[in-house]
Amino acid sequence: MRTIKFLLQKEFRQIFRNKAILAMIVVMPVMQLIILPLAANYEVKNINIAVVDHDHSTTSRQLISKISASTYFNLTGYNVSYKQAFPLVEQDKADLILEIPANFESSLIRENKDKLFIAVNAINGTKANLGGAYLASIIQDYNNDIRVQWSDGTSQNNHSIDIASSNWYNPLMNYHLFMVPGILAVLVTMVGGFLAALNIVKEKEVGTIEQINVTPIKKHHFIAGKLIPFWVLGNVVFTLGLLVAWLVYGIVPAGSLVVLYSFVGLYLLAVLGFGLLVSTFCESQQQAMFIMFFFIMIFILLGGLFTPIESMPDWAKAISRCNPVSYLIDVMRMVILKSSGFADVLIHLVVIAGFAIFFNTWAVLNYKKTA
Amino acid sequence: MKQFITFVKKEFAHALRDRKTLLILFGLPIMQILIFGFALTNEVKNAKIIIEDNAKDIASQQLTNKIEASQYFDIEKATMTHAQVEQAFKQGIIKMAVIIPANFNEDLIHQNKASLQVIADATDPNTASTLTNYISSITKDYEEQLNENSNTLYNIVPETKMLYNPQLKGVHNYVPGVMALVLMLVCVMMTAISIVKEKETGTMEILLVSPFKPVMVIFSKAIPYLLLSIINVAIILLLSVYVLELPVNGSVLLLFAESILFIITCLSLGILISVKTNSQQVAMLISLMGMLLPTMLFSGFMFPIENMPVPLQIISNAIPAKWYYIIVKSIMIKGLGFSAVWKETLILFGITIFLLIVSLKNFKIRLA
Repeated sequence: MRTIKFLLQKEFRQIFRNKAILAMIVVMPVMQLIILPLAANYEVKNINIAVVDHDHSTTSRQLISKISASTYFNLTGYNVSYKQAFPLVEQDKADLILEIPANFESSLIRENKDKLFIAVNAINGTKANLGGAYLASIIQDYNNDIRVQWSDGTSQNNHSIDIASSNWYNPLMNYHLFMVPGILAVLVTMVGGFLAALNIVKEKEVGTIEQINVTPIKKHHFIAGKLIPFWVLGNVVFTLGLLVAWLVYGIVPAGSLVVLYSFVGLYLLAVLGFGLLVSTFCESQQQAMFIMFFFIMIFILLGGLFTPIESMPDWAKAISRCNPVSYLIDVMRMVILKSSGFADVLIHLVVIAGFAIFFNTWAVLNYKKTA
Repeated sequence: MKQFITFVKKEFAHALRDRKTLLILFGLPIMQILIFGFALTNEVKNAKIIIEDNAKDIASQQLTNKIEASQYFDIEKATMTHAQVEQAFKQGIIKMAVIIPANFNEDLIHQNKASLQVIADATDPNTASTLTNYISSITKDYEEQLNENSNTLYNIVPETKMLYNPQLKGVHNYVPGVMALVLMLVCVMMTAISIVKEKETGTMEILLVSPFKPVMVIFSKAIPYLLLSIINVAIILLLSVYVLELPVNGSVLLLFAESILFIITCLSLGILISVKTNSQQVAMLISLMGMLLPTMLFSGFMFPIENMPVPLQIISNAIPAKWYYIIVKSIMIKGLGFSAVWKETLILFGITIFLLIVSLKNFKIRLA
């Protein structure tokens, strides 16, 4: 126990001595948590639409004004032909083209049916999908309007099903509520992971590790001495993050802080263990940095931060199950937004505890005191 | 010239010696292309939902079958109490609950009107609204099926065509983004680190006192990374064409020329960082935090720039990757020629010249 105390003293001194790195550890995550959610906004709005109206009837004009009145669409072009509208898509000035055929109104009245053509720039899949759906629902609405208007109640015997939809946990569909907990999870991971990975390697590069190797310090003491300071720092960063979420975005965890901190505490052990494991494999800081970067990149991309894990193919889902970051992102969102309790996140807790034991044991075993 | 070649040889030896880093340099783009190409989709499918059927009549059964038949949903459990539904949301088991009220069929027949309650887990707003859209279009279909006999009047039938990317794959957006990201990583970070490393270990002094021109020392450092990056571009393009089946619609030659321009931009950025810093850790942190994150964010490949607040939109103009991303997207996916991207090319060129001038101004021949 006394050995660990001395090791901790040494580590903390080294951390506090390097003011530049310390500032980065604290300032960077705070800055990022303020800026990132502003930028990482997938919310689809401001869809630019170009209209080609061959009909020029009251009906087509009404439809167009209904579309431009909606909050989702900006009318950016009113063109004579599809050929003229298409360059707008090429220049990214329009996301959608709506083409209303000639005699739209009259064939609607005479044949009870006419088509509308919608071309969507689908390079960005989400935007295309949602934009197309929004437009379709506006057209549907308008269709119902004219039916009522034109038919004087003759179509009353039609069956209709109303959908009352409600959005739980985030009724205003605020995208920040979704992103902020996720980004905080990633920042905690990055700070913890990179610091732990770089630390032992630096001792190797500078050569001070030799001095530790020749002392009677036990391997697990050494690892524990490295682990605890970063665990404390990780918790500090996490607390700062929660404060930023509260002060800047007004997000207060709906669930209990005890659940949140217990999970993050366990999680930090796992991610630090992983960082230490990487550093026992590397000889230079550059290597450690790149290898950590490689893994963290994969963890983040497959962690469900941006795209839902359910939509991934089976092999990616399998990787996600071995990905500590995906558990943290999940738990953060569950506890902060849905006020899930211990019972709800029990499986997550058990898995992360497993990761923590696994990585740290491996790191201890892999750290060799002989060169 | 002979001197220069000798120096470039030395740099190659340095770059090729560190096998683990080299492995990552080539492994990273491959990994990213595979993940972006196959794992990340904007499509929402296999979403777990429950249907709480309080009616248990023919209409509710038909509607349930219709929902079941679509590939978007994975129906979890047919009956649950209200409290159980809430519990399932909290455990993250389901994304949506569809509640069919009692007397669904009766209402539909006698009053011609029935209602359906849909509750979505809106912690992820986009998934929630996409799922709600799916449900309403399935319901709409069902409605039409019911109304088939009584002929409906005045039908507007929208016909939607998805341009460039009919299956709504994520790759179209991601491949150009991955190219920008990887080139940025390799060029900026590696160049900066390799120069600063010489400063840290003290070998920089030896290089500077040699009869070789100091500026050339720096340039010779950039050459290996220029070549490595070109190989990386080729790997990414080959993977995207043969594995992801995403063809290069425009001219490959033009694409390479633009890529080389962007690589040079990144190299000059790396040189600038290395001129300004003295320790590897600082150089790494600056290139990682200062360059990579802005590249991911402001190039527009993960997050639409037009959704950002105006100050961030203005900042995004200063990020070279944004322009490169636009160029690659135009050439590769839209199949446009140089006339469509000359403006972006000019901007990239300007940024490069600016960076080179600033770094040369700051370059000091004497160390301490």
